[in-house]
Amino acid sequence: MTDRLVNLGVSLAGIALPNPILTASGCFASGREAQWFIDIDTIGAIVVKSITRVPRNGLPTPRMVETPSGMLNAIGLQNPGVDAWIEHDLPFLRQHGARVIASIAGDSAEDFRYVAGKLMAAGADTIVGLEVNLSCPNVENRGLVFACQPDSSYTVVRAVRHEVTVPVLAKLTSDVTSIVAIAQAVVDAGANGVTLINTLLGMAIDPETGRPELYNTFGGLSGPAIRPVALRNVHQVHQALPNLPILGCGGVQSATDVVQFLRAGATAVSVGTQQFVDPFITGRLTHDLEEWLARHGHSDVTELIGTVTPWH
Amino acid sequence: MTARRAGVVVGRETGPVNVTCEVLERRKEGAYWRLVLSARTLAGRSEPGQFVQVAVEGQHTLLRRPFSIARATRQGAEGGTLEVVFDAHGPGTEWLTRCSPHDVLDVIGPLGTPFPLPKRDVGCVLVGGGYGSAPLYWLGETLNRMGLRVDSVIGAASGERLHGVMDAKRVSASATFTTDDGSYGTQGRVTDVLGTVIERSGAQLLYACGPNPMLAAVTAVAKHYGIAVQVAVEEKMACGTGVCFTCVLPVRDKTGTVTMRRACLEGPVFDGTAIAWDESRYNVSSPVETEAVDD
Repeated sequence: MTDRLVNLGVSLAGIALPNPILTASGCFASGREAQWFIDIDTIGAIVVKSITRVPRNGLPTPRMVETPSGMLNAIGLQNPGVDAWIEHDLPFLRQHGARVIASIAGDSAEDFRYVAGKLMAAGADTIVGLEVNLSCPNVENRGLVFACQPDSSYTVVRAVRHEVTVPVLAKLTSDVTSIVAIAQAVVDAGANGVTLINTLLGMAIDPETGRPELYNTFGGLSGPAIRPVALRNVHQVHQALPNLPILGCGGVQSATDVVQFLRAGATAVSVGTQQFVDPFITGRLTHDLEEWLARHGHSDVTELIGTVTPWH
Repeated sequence: MTARRAGVVVGRETGPVNVTCEVLERRKEGAYWRLVLSARTLAGRSEPGQFVQVAVEGQHTLLRRPFSIARATRQGAEGGTLEVVFDAHGPGTEWLTRCSPHDVLDVIGPLGTPFPLPKRDVGCVLVGGGYGSAPLYWLGETLNRMGLRVDSVIGAASGERLHGVMDAKRVSASATFTTDDGSYGTQGRVTDVLGTVIERSGAQLLYACGPNPMLAAVTAVAKHYGIAVQVAVEEKMACGTGVCFTCVLPVRDKTGTVTMRRACLEGPVFDGTAIAWDESRYNVSSPVETEAVDD
């Protein structure tokens, strides 16, 4: 990075990244599809689509509907399962020099622990961190989403933390009474950082037929529509837990969006829905961010982290 | 419209590219619209059955809009053109109807799989529903050049919504039209007349494009006659490049296992008999989740 005007490298919860622009889980598959457009080793890190213990076909269609400045999705964690992922996807990512943050999901704390252990046993050379997708229903607790319960979040993160040595990020949802209470619970469980935020639960209805636009009735809202909510969560958690590393996520489209997340307290950002619109977005943001920083007299991107100037 | 320079190509030596295309022509065709774009690199890589993702700027829109490629030419003053046919049914497509010549569109393509072409001398039937027939005429021209017999069965709700009547006649030994309301051709569905056309022409291969229920019904006819069927499916999609997993449908592999395949990457063209049409509205192997599980 010596030829850069500005240092873009960051350490995210101990994960060394050449730049703070990552791909968000579920928005980049496992990198193979993007090779038509970009060199995947240029991305800060790839947060791959969530991996589960067994293969999952996911939900029937319709799985997606566009909403004002956003979209709803209900995919149902379609993925090949950890064994097939290790066999087919990991070698591809390794061969292309990608830095991988593996997103893991499960029905129980034991599922998360199992997947984490398998992944690290096979991919310690390529997987630089784990992201725990806590927005899954807990089958052992009436199907309540892990991320909505401090104790459920704690149990899952603790199980994963004990299983692996790489940094662990907990991905949280904003659909809770107190994001800080959940963040504190995962920190107590040993999380090295948090990803803020997952999609917001939403719904759309076809006015003519009366049917929900999604087969699953509800889906996750993403895109620029949720950016202000994501920023608020990042800011709140950073205010309460200033030493906790944050991966900001929610509607990032431009370098100035990235700047907002960094100012709010994120160390890096992940790009989700905009990947669907612009497969070149990670490179574009990295370039534009560097230019923005240079134009504003910064020599290091970390100078921006947590720099909200309060009114009062 | 955002000011852009036309002709900017970003991409690799092969595969899909992101290009800025000048609008050369916009015209109304019955109930539908046709856009002709300058697109040398993209057109040169396109084959019938593939699609493009076009950025739109309607109010509060976010995602690109997928359109089957109605025709790609590799010559002319522009060095190549690309045509799409669409129905204006939302803010994105409404915005596209207001594009004028010299406007510039941001396009990614070609995406998806093309129609596989026959390797031996067989007759083919093109079956189109609504503006789904648009890419079939370009396919028909290709089959004509291969010296193969082509017949067409084109259907729609009404005469105004039949697309490409003259194109169908131009590329086909026989062209049969059906409308739900009987305002043009035979009253009824394409499948009401398809059997007769297959028997009369001796066709061994069907190509179909249109709404999924029509494709399911056409596949059933093909099975009845024991002939091959290739369908280009329609599914709602966000990315078009294989990363979002929204445009899936259940497809049976050689071992009989059904998995959810992406219309944008493994399709949109599939062997119609491999699609588990009856299973496309429920989960194929794992229980349906009751919570929205986002990933």
